[in-house]
Amino acid sequence: MNKLNFLKPDKENMKIYLYTGSFLFLISIMDVFLNSFFKLNITSFLPNFLSLFLPLILGSFGLHLIRIEFSGIKYLDLANKKINSSNFNAVLTLLIIFVIVKSAPATMSWFIFDANIAGDTKEACTGTGACWTYIKIWLRRFMYGMYPNDQQWRINVSFIILVFLAFAGYFTTERLKKYLTLYYVIIYPIIAYILIYYLISGGSFKLEWIETGAWGGLSLTFIVSFFCLIFCFPLGMILALGRRSSLPTIKYMSISFIEFWRGVPLITVLFMSSAMFPMFLPEDFFMDKLVRVIIAISLFEAAYVAEVIRGGLQALPRGQYDAAKSLGMGYWKMHIFVILPQALKLVIPGIANTFLALVKDTPLIFVVGLLEIVGMLNLAKTNPKWLGFAMEGYVFAAITFWIICYAMSRYSHNLELKFKTER
Amino acid sequence: MNNKVKKTIPQLITLAVVVLIFGFFTFNAQTNMENRGIEFGYGFLNQESSFDVQFSLIDYDGSYSYGRAYLVGLLNTLLVAFLGILISTIIGVVIGIARLSPNYLIEKTATFYVEFFRNIPLLLQIFFWYFAALRALPLPQDADPIFFGVSYLTIKGLFVPRFIWENFDIFLYSVIAAVVSILVIRNYAKKLQENEGKQLPTFSISISLLIILPFLTFLIGGVSLSFEIPVIKQLSTTSFVYEGGLGIPPELIALTLALALYTATFIAECVRAGIQGITKGQKEAAASIGLNPNQILKLVIMPQALRIIIPPTTNQYLNLTKNSSLAAAIAYPDLVLVFAGTALMQTGRAIEIVSITMFTYLSISLSISILMNWYNKKIAIKEK
Repeated sequence: MNKLNFLKPDKENMKIYLYTGSFLFLISIMDVFLNSFFKLNITSFLPNFLSLFLPLILGSFGLHLIRIEFSGIKYLDLANKKINSSNFNAVLTLLIIFVIVKSAPATMSWFIFDANIAGDTKEACTGTGACWTYIKIWLRRFMYGMYPNDQQWRINVSFIILVFLAFAGYFTTERLKKYLTLYYVIIYPIIAYILIYYLISGGSFKLEWIETGAWGGLSLTFIVSFFCLIFCFPLGMILALGRRSSLPTIKYMSISFIEFWRGVPLITVLFMSSAMFPMFLPEDFFMDKLVRVIIAISLFEAAYVAEVIRGGLQALPRGQYDAAKSLGMGYWKMHIFVILPQALKLVIPGIANTFLALVKDTPLIFVVGLLEIVGMLNLAKTNPKWLGFAMEGYVFAAITFWIICYAMSRYSHNLELKFKTER
Repeated sequence: MNNKVKKTIPQLITLAVVVLIFGFFTFNAQTNMENRGIEFGYGFLNQESSFDVQFSLIDYDGSYSYGRAYLVGLLNTLLVAFLGILISTIIGVVIGIARLSPNYLIEKTATFYVEFFRNIPLLLQIFFWYFAALRALPLPQDADPIFFGVSYLTIKGLFVPRFIWENFDIFLYSVIAAVVSILVIRNYAKKLQENEGKQLPTFSISISLLIILPFLTFLIGGVSLSFEIPVIKQLSTTSFVYEGGLGIPPELIALTLALALYTATFIAECVRAGIQGITKGQKEAAASIGLNPNQILKLVIMPQALRIIIPPTTNQYLNLTKNSSLAAAIAYPDLVLVFAGTALMQTGRAIEIVSITMFTYLSISLSISILMNWYNKKIAIKEK
C-alpha cells in the first residue's frame, strides 16, 4: 500500500479515498437532514459557530476526497464532472443541497401537512400551515369577479366556444385552408366580440344585463388580454411598415407614435385613459371603462409589437424585396405575399414575449378600478371575515399566472423550433 | 409626375387624419374645460400643495408648492430606479454566469430562478413582498438587532445607522481627485503600452489610489465620520418608534426587491446570450497567443460579450425605470402616486398633470437610451 496523501487523492488508494469521502459527505448531509426534519442537532456538543459550519467543512472535504480523475467508475466520473469539478464547485453544490434539505420540511408542511382545506369559515383553519379554505370559498370571486353566481355559466360557455373556434383551424379541409388568415384576423374577432357582447354582457335575449364593473377575476384577465392581443397585432404591423416607409410624413409619424408609447409606463397610460381621455371626448359621449382600458393597452402594446416586427423586416435580405419588385409586385402585394410571411416567421419568439408581457401587465388595470385576479385578491384580503390570509392568496395567484405564462413561453419555444427547421 | 402624386397622396391623407383627430380632441377638451370652469395652464405648480408625503429625499411638507411635490416624486422614482438597476445588475450577472456553469445543480438552480420569477406578474410580486412577506416581520419592540447589533428589520421598515460626516465636501473632493487621477494614469498606461510595450499595474494602482486618497483626508483633512445608531423609544404602552439612524420604509424595500428580482431574470438572459455568443475559437485563439485566463476574460471575452449584452440590458434598465411606477400600488410616494395621484385628485387638472408625468418618463427613457446608445457606439466593432 502506498502512502496516503489526503490533499491529493489518486487512483492507487482509490477505495480508501472513496469510502472516507462518501462517509464524510453522507455524514454532512445526515447532519443537516436530521437537523431540519427532526430538529435534532447531533453536533450540539461543539461550539455554536463550529456546529453551524461543520457539515459544510466535512462535506467539502469528503467531496475533495472522492474527486479522483479517471477513476474508471462511470457514475463517479460523471458526478465529479457534473457537480464536483473543483473545490469551489463542491462548496456551491453542498450549499444548494443544504438549502433544499433545510427548506423542504417548512415548505412542505406549509403547503400540505399543516394546511387546512375543510370547512367554510376562517375558524376551520387551525393549523400553522396555509389556509386553503380561504381559496376554496373565494374561488368563484377569483375566477369571475363580482359576476353573479347563477350567471357564471355564460362566461364558461363563451370561453368554451372561443377555445373551440380557435382550434377550428386544425380541422378545416384543404380547400378552406387559404381562408384561414381571413378567419383568424377578421371573422374570429367578430365572433368573439358578438359572444362577449351578447352572452357575457347580456341585456338582450332575456339575458340579464351585467355591467362591466362586475366582471373580474381570471376571466377578466383573459378577456382583456384576448382583445388587446387581437387589436395590437394588426396595428403593430401597420406601424412597423410605416416606420420603414419611404414616405417621410408616415415614417416620422410612426416613429413618434412608437417612441411615445414605448417611453411611458403602462400605469400612466391607464391613468390617462381614466382621467384624461374623457376630457377629450364630447360631453355626452360615454365610453365604457373596459373599452377604454382595452384601447389603451392595445395602443401601448402595438408599439412594442411594431418594434419586434420591424426587427423581422430588417432581418430579411434585400434580395427578397428586389425579387418581389422584379416580378412586378406593388408595395402591398410585395409585403402581403413575400415580405410579411417571412418576417413574421422570424419574429415569432419576440411576438410571443410581447404577448406574455401583455398577460403579465393585465393586473395593472386595477388603477382604473377593474379588478382582475390580483385586484380581487386585494379586495378579499381586506374582508373583515377573512383577514390575515394574504400569503395564501398571492401564492395561489402566483401559481395560476406561472402556469399560464410558462405554458405560453414553452409553446412559443416550440413554435420557434418548428419554424427554424423549415427554413 | 405620376410617381410624385402616388407618393404625396397617402402622406396627405395620413396628415389630414392625424390633424383631424388631434383637432377633434383639442376642441372637445376646450369645450369640456369651459363647461367645468377650468382654465388650461401650468400656474397651479406654484400653489401650495397642502398634502404631506410619507417619504422624501428633500425637505417637504404641506406648505410647499405642487412643483416641489413633483420634485419629491421624481426623486423617489429615481432613487428606486437606481437601487433597482444596481441590485438587478449584480443578481443578473451572477445568475447569467451560473446558467452557464458546468455544475449541474448550479445551472438548474439558476434556471429555476429565471423561470420562476420571470413568469409571475411584477405587480403580484410587489404585493407579495409588501403585503405577505414584509408583514410577517416583527413589531419594532420585538425586533432583534441584526448586522452587528446596530440595525433592526421590523414591520415598519429597516433601520440602519446614519453616517454623520464632518467636512464631507473635502472627502468628496478627494474621491473625485482619485477618480480623475486614475483616468489620467490609465490613459498614460495605455499610451505607454501602445508605444513602448510596457505594462503598468493599473488595477492595483487604481485601487490603492481610491483607498489611500480618501483615507488621507481622515488623517490630515479634518474629515471625521461617526454613526448614529437607531434606538428604540416607547411612545405609549403599545407604541414604539426608533429614534435616530436612517429609516428605510417597507414600501421602498418591497418595491426595490420585487423590481430587482424580476428584472434580474431578464438581465441574466441577456448576460447568458452574450457569453454564449462568443465562439469557442476566440478563447482558444487567445490562449494560443499566450494570454492567461484572466487576460482572456478581460481582453478577449468580455469586450466582445459586452457588445451583445449592452443593448438588450439597456432595454431592461428602461423597463425597470418604467415599472417603478407600480409603486403607486403599494403607496410608495413615487412620481405617479404623488403627482398623478394625490396632486391630480386635489387640483383636478387631468390634462396638465398626466402630460407632465408622461413627459417626465419619456425624457428619462430617452436620456437613458441616448446615453446607452453612445456607450454602445463607443464599444461597437469599428469596421474598416
